[in-house]
Amino acid sequence: MGHSNKYVEKEFEVVGTRFKRPDGIDKVTGKARYGADATAPGALVGRVLRSPHPHAEILKIDVKKAEKLDGVKAIVTCDDLPDQTNGDAGLAAILENCMARGRALYDGHAVAAVAAVDEQTARKALSLIAVKYKKLPHVTDVDEAMDPKAVVIHKNVFTRGVEPKPSKPSNIAARTQMGHGDIEAGFSEADFIVEKSYKTEQTHQGYIEPHACLASVNPDGTGELWVTTQGHFVFRNVCASLLGMDVAKLKVTSSEIGGGFGGKTHVWAEPIALALSRKANRPVKLVMSREEVFRASGPTSSTSIDVKLGAKKNGEITAGQVELRYQGGAFPGTWAMLGCMTAFACYDIKNQQSVGYDVIVNRPKVAAYRAPSAPMAAFAVESTLELLADKIGMSGIDLRLKNVAREGAKAPYGPIYGPIGIEAALKAVKDHPHMKAKLKKNQGRGIACGFWFNIGGQTCTDINIGVDGTVNLTLGTVDVGGSRASMSMIAAEELGIPYEQVKANIADTGSLGHNDMTEGSRGTFSSGMATIFAAREAIGVLKQRAAAMWGIPVEDVAWEKGQAIAVGKTHNNLPPLSLQEIASKSGRTGGPIAGHNEVVADGAGMGFAAHICDVEVDKETGRSSIVRYTVVQDAGKAIHPDYVEGQFQGGATQGIGWALNEEYIYGEDGRLQNPGFLDYRIPVCSDLPFIDTKILEIPNPNHPYGVRGVGETSIVPPLAAVGNAIANATGVRMTHAPMSPPRVLKALDAAS
Amino acid sequence: MSKSTLVSTRVNGDAVEFACPADETLMNSLRDRVGLTGVKEGCGTGDCGACSVTLDGRLVCSCLVLSVEADGKEVGTVEGLAEGDKLHPLQEKFIDHAALQCGICTPGFLVAADALLKKNANPSEEEIRYALAGNLCRCTGYDKIVRAVQAAAKDIRKAK
Repeated sequence: MGHSNKYVEKEFEVVGTRFKRPDGIDKVTGKARYGADATAPGALVGRVLRSPHPHAEILKIDVKKAEKLDGVKAIVTCDDLPDQTNGDAGLAAILENCMARGRALYDGHAVAAVAAVDEQTARKALSLIAVKYKKLPHVTDVDEAMDPKAVVIHKNVFTRGVEPKPSKPSNIAARTQMGHGDIEAGFSEADFIVEKSYKTEQTHQGYIEPHACLASVNPDGTGELWVTTQGHFVFRNVCASLLGMDVAKLKVTSSEIGGGFGGKTHVWAEPIALALSRKANRPVKLVMSREEVFRASGPTSSTSIDVKLGAKKNGEITAGQVELRYQGGAFPGTWAMLGCMTAFACYDIKNQQSVGYDVIVNRPKVAAYRAPSAPMAAFAVESTLELLADKIGMSGIDLRLKNVAREGAKAPYGPIYGPIGIEAALKAVKDHPHMKAKLKKNQGRGIACGFWFNIGGQTCTDINIGVDGTVNLTLGTVDVGGSRASMSMIAAEELGIPYEQVKANIADTGSLGHNDMTEGSRGTFSSGMATIFAAREAIGVLKQRAAAMWGIPVEDVAWEKGQAIAVGKTHNNLPPLSLQEIASKSGRTGGPIAGHNEVVADGAGMGFAAHICDVEVDKETGRSSIVRYTVVQDAGKAIHPDYVEGQFQGGATQGIGWALNEEYIYGEDGRLQNPGFLDYRIPVCSDLPFIDTKILEIPNPNHPYGVRGVGETSIVPPLAAVGNAIANATGVRMTHAPMSPPRVLKALDAAS
Repeated sequence: MSKSTLVSTRVNGDAVEFACPADETLMNSLRDRVGLTGVKEGCGTGDCGACSVTLDGRLVCSCLVLSVEADGKEVGTVEGLAEGDKLHPLQEKFIDHAALQCGICTPGFLVAADALLKKNANPSEEEIRYALAGNLCRCTGYDKIVRAVQAAAKDIRKAK
């Protein structure tokens, strides 16, 4: 049955209110089971041996001593994970990233793994594995890696996107270019031109729950995997491919997930755990330590960016040009391309060009991190906009409003915008009391904008109605932050029943069709759409059953407020039939009542935000403190406003951490020097004020309720908002994030 | 296998005995031997607070305590906060205020907040923020957590 995804304005009963989440009690009492909380009979403990070198040939791995240790049940190396990727370069990179194949490519790269009866034995076994390395030259900085004299990490990488194909391999995996208009003509029209270069350091998603899984593979090729993941269906497909298993024979169950932010969209330890289990024929539990998470999971890119903007005296931006250099770790990535797509997305710039370089370095393979690649581009562009505004003699907000992208404008990556919320967000910022609040000594205020695409994708959802009229909603998108509540509300809204009558479950891969990851802010958009459609299917069945019970044509049955109504003059005397009444008779009217939907959710609405930040800079120490922060963002329609606000606040806080403190620090030796929360400092409670939020609701025309994704955009503006605030507090423009105390102090000293 | 030591404690009021190697942390014993997986491991180095428990009433990171140090002591975990079927006011308010998203840090926050409110029934916002500075949350930006603790403190004061 075809369903329309078009937005229809309606009065909501349930959606837009604030219910208690269904998994709340489990999570406040310690009952909720996360990745590391599962057990299985006879389970072994898995541990991974990792390279201490950033780049080294692996000459020999001698496991004989370790194998002989009492209690060791299996040891695996790359020999136990033969390449079955059939020329799929992306999959081959995942395989090589999971376990080094002849060469260690970064500090922390997995080299071997053991499964043993307990933790102590597993650790001892690792110490007995002798690996003979031949150290190779390494490079960890993005600009240095682009230098023609740099060590070339992969001899088979020739820059994509360059014609003719380069004759020599290099660390530049790809060059991307996009834009429109004529930038030379645009700059020649400009009365003012500003140019600035920026750097941002590598940060980690910093989810509090380390990667963890429990794998069990049988000799007949069947298996199960319990894992903390943002997408168990995708994990199943990838793991089955890497292990040579049949997709349907590997059942993957997503545990409760202790944060992901993009970092749990990639497999690392899971294929190793499966390989260990297959070899030992015992379940294997593998939990990463925090140090392993930092050294060997997927942080985001460090970058180096040049921006050039030109404008007329009236503030009209005539041309924008940006070059973005993003490192993707030890394998080719597409991160600079995302930077190109997002850099100018908030503005309608007639003449614009973005060029991106994806660069390979000896660091862990980069993974998505909340609106991946956009925060760095926004840091560069939104900082430069302030410099331009100063030159023109306009306020930063008026310059932005003058050039803001509206419906009908062309996005940097091609499409024409539909209804979007950046102008409304900027106006809300301009009118916000925060903008009028007095600043104290050493304080400054900054604003910045942000954009993220949001995505849809493959989704599959079931609704099953119990004999008492309660409803099971079966979802396949992992609940990372309260989506079971939102989805239950949507089902209740459609069916016309109380929220409490719906119970949402996340199905394992054996119980529901494929669902894409919870990524790209797609969960509420996509699963929400599939829930609406599945509920409408179920209502169709309920109406048929009511018609049968009454003995009237189904065309004469309507569904209102959770009950079937007989419509038409001839049926006036029939009392309504409630969902419960129809369900209780379902065994005699055709069997179980269900609704189902599978869909490629299309038409995700773009997310736009504008942030206001006040900082106070301690000129003695260079420390910047956030004294007030406001997030304004378009949600399309906020299903559960508490959790929308939570996304705004959490994303802003991650951006603040990136702006002020968080960075990967590599030594000259190419080793990560701060793989722990003590030295990689994420914001703590005492670092922050309350984060004020304002939800705008500009409906997405391509969702029945108008929903847009809300998860990611909020991390995009903070780097620039903080940098702009520091500039206003001190008169010094910071161009290198994080703007940590030593960097700010150095900049203050240089300026005085 | 390393040689084990017998540890006798009370956990959430119940007598508990287990044997473990001398170098095993209280966090691992509580999770793997006592079965209290509400005690979470976020870092194993005392930086994140997800494994917060009380030891004779004092707030500690159980990853920094050896199990043998808990011998003869009272251990309190998140599993001991509710009284029968009645949630602790902090637990109620964390749910009401949407103070959790992924929830992995929640047990540690609840134990730390309970330890604060037992010492200080009416903490200021700043006191709450400093008392919880040893607990990392990556989802919420702490806004709703602080509000939940304020609301719970108010409820507890009213009930007295």
